[in-house]
Amino acid sequence: MPTVTYAGTQVAVNDEGFFTDPEQWREEMAPLLARQEGIADLSERHWQVIKFMRHEYETKGTGPTVRVLGKTSGVSVKELYQLFPKGPAKTAAKIAGIPKPRGCI
Amino acid sequence: MTKRIVVLGGGTGGTLAANRLRRLLGRDAAEITVVDPDDEHVYQPGLLFVPFGKAGAGSLIRARHRQFRPGVTFRRAAVDRIDLDKNEVVLAGGTPVGYDVLVVATGARLVPEETEGLTGPGWMEKVFTFYTLDGAVALERALSQFTGGRIAVAVLDMPIKCPVAPLEFCFLADAYFRDRGIRDKVDLTYVTPLDGAFTKAVCNRELSGLLADKGVSLVTEFNTGEVDGAGGRLVSYDGRAVGFDLAVVIPLHSGQDYVSRSPGLGDELGFVPADQRTLQSKARPNVFVIGDAADIPTSKAGSVAHFAGEIVARNITRYLAGEPLDAVFDGHTNCFIETGSRKALLIDFNYDTEPLTGHFPGRFGLPLLRQSRLNHLGKLAFRWLYWHVLLPGREIPAVHSRMPAAGKHLPSR
Repeated sequence: MPTVTYAGTQVAVNDEGFFTDPEQWREEMAPLLARQEGIADLSERHWQVIKFMRHEYETKGTGPTVRVLGKTSGVSVKELYQLFPKGPAKTAAKIAGIPKPRGCI
Repeated sequence: MTKRIVVLGGGTGGTLAANRLRRLLGRDAAEITVVDPDDEHVYQPGLLFVPFGKAGAGSLIRARHRQFRPGVTFRRAAVDRIDLDKNEVVLAGGTPVGYDVLVVATGARLVPEETEGLTGPGWMEKVFTFYTLDGAVALERALSQFTGGRIAVAVLDMPIKCPVAPLEFCFLADAYFRDRGIRDKVDLTYVTPLDGAFTKAVCNRELSGLLADKGVSLVTEFNTGEVDGAGGRLVSYDGRAVGFDLAVVIPLHSGQDYVSRSPGLGDELGFVPADQRTLQSKARPNVFVIGDAADIPTSKAGSVAHFAGEIVARNITRYLAGEPLDAVFDGHTNCFIETGSRKALLIDFNYDTEPLTGHFPGRFGLPLLRQSRLNHLGKLAFRWLYWHVLLPGREIPAVHSRMPAAGKHLPSR
C-alpha cells in the first residue's frame, strides 16, 4: 500500500489516492489534497462540503452520494459540480480524507 | 394472545412475506393484514418486453388480493405515516391501524420530476421510460414508428430497480432493429453515471464486451443534470452533452412519501435502513423491511426480496417468540439478463461474492455469465414460477436463500 506525506505526516492511501485510515487526516492537509485535484483555493463553500463529508462518514461509515449531498449538505448539486468539477462525491471524499463513497450496485 | 402483523405493500416482497408468515403462524397466533393503495400487481420483469411488442401490458397485471393465502386480509388504502412510538400506521384520512409487528415492503418509487426538464417538453413524446406500464406502452408505439436516428438509453443515478434492465434494453433494441432491417440507421448509446457498464468487475467485462459486440456506444461517468427534450440533449452536471432523437431514461428512484413523513423511519431518500443480515429495521425492533424499500447494500431486485422472504418471515416469528434473530441474509441476488435473439445470461451473487462464471445452482445447472438459450427459457419460465411458487411463499426446488458456491469458478486465494 502506498504512503504519501501531507503536511509533514506520512499517510496511507489506496491506489486511487483515497485515505485508507481517515483518522490520519488533518485539516491542514486539505489545501494540498485539493490542489492535487485541480482546486487552487478552498472557499468557505468547499469547507462546508468537506466538513459535511467528514461528519457523514463518522456517523454512517460511508460518504454520501452526490444526490444525497445535494439534498442534505445545504449545497445544491449544480453548485457542488461548480465547486468540485471532477465529481463532487469522489473529489470531496478524497480531500476530506475518507474512503471513496460506496457505489450503489 | 393474537398478534397483529401489518404488511405495507402488496408487491413482490409484501405478498411473499405475508404468505410465508401465514404458513408459519396459526390463525390464533397472528392476524396478518396487507395494506396497499391499489389492487393491481404488476409483473415488473415483464416491463422490459413491452416496448418491443413481446408482452402485452394486460398480461402483466393480476389482482393483488388474489395472490394471498386464506387468512391474509387485504386492505386497500394509502398510508399517511407511521407513528413508531404508538406502533400505529395512520392511513390517509386519519384512520389508525395498530400493529405488534410492521413489515415495510412498499418498494421504490420513480421521481422523474427531480431531474430538471425530464417531465417537461418531449416527455412521453420523445423521452420515455419503460419502468412504468404506461411508459412502456407509449415507448412501444414510439419504437414501432422509429425509422432511424439516435437513441440514448440513460441511467440518471443509482440506486435503480433491476440495474441490468437498461443494459438488457440496449441488447433487445439491437435485436429489434436488426429484425426490422434498419439496425444500420439506428445509433444506440448507453449513458451511465457509473465508471463502467456494471459495478462488479467480472460482470462489467462481460457486459461491456456485449455492448461493443452489438455496436452500442458507452458513455460513462455521465451524471445527467438536465434532460432537454425539445433540444434532444442530455446534459451532464459537468457540462457534457449527449444528443438524441429518442431517449429512454431510467428516472431517479426514492422510497415512498409516507416514509419521509414518519420521523425516524427512513433515510434522506426515503429508504428504510435495516440490518443487512437480519432485515430488522434500524428504527425499531418490531419493524422489518423487505425488498426495494430497504436501504441495504444489495441491488433493488425481485430476487433479493424473494431470497430475503424466508429470513424475514422466520425472524418475525422469532421476534414474536422473544428469541434472538437469525443473522443469515447474505444479499443473494440472481438475475437473468436478456441479450437478444432468444438468449440470456445468468448472474448470481451476494454481499461478498461478485457474479462469477460457472453454473447455477450447482455444477450441472444453468451456465453463469454466458449467453445461452437455456437461460432465455429460464427467464420465460420464471414468470410462471413468480405467480405460482414465489408469491405464495413456496420453495423453488434446489434454489435457496443462501447463495450457492458449488458450480461457481471461485478465484483462487
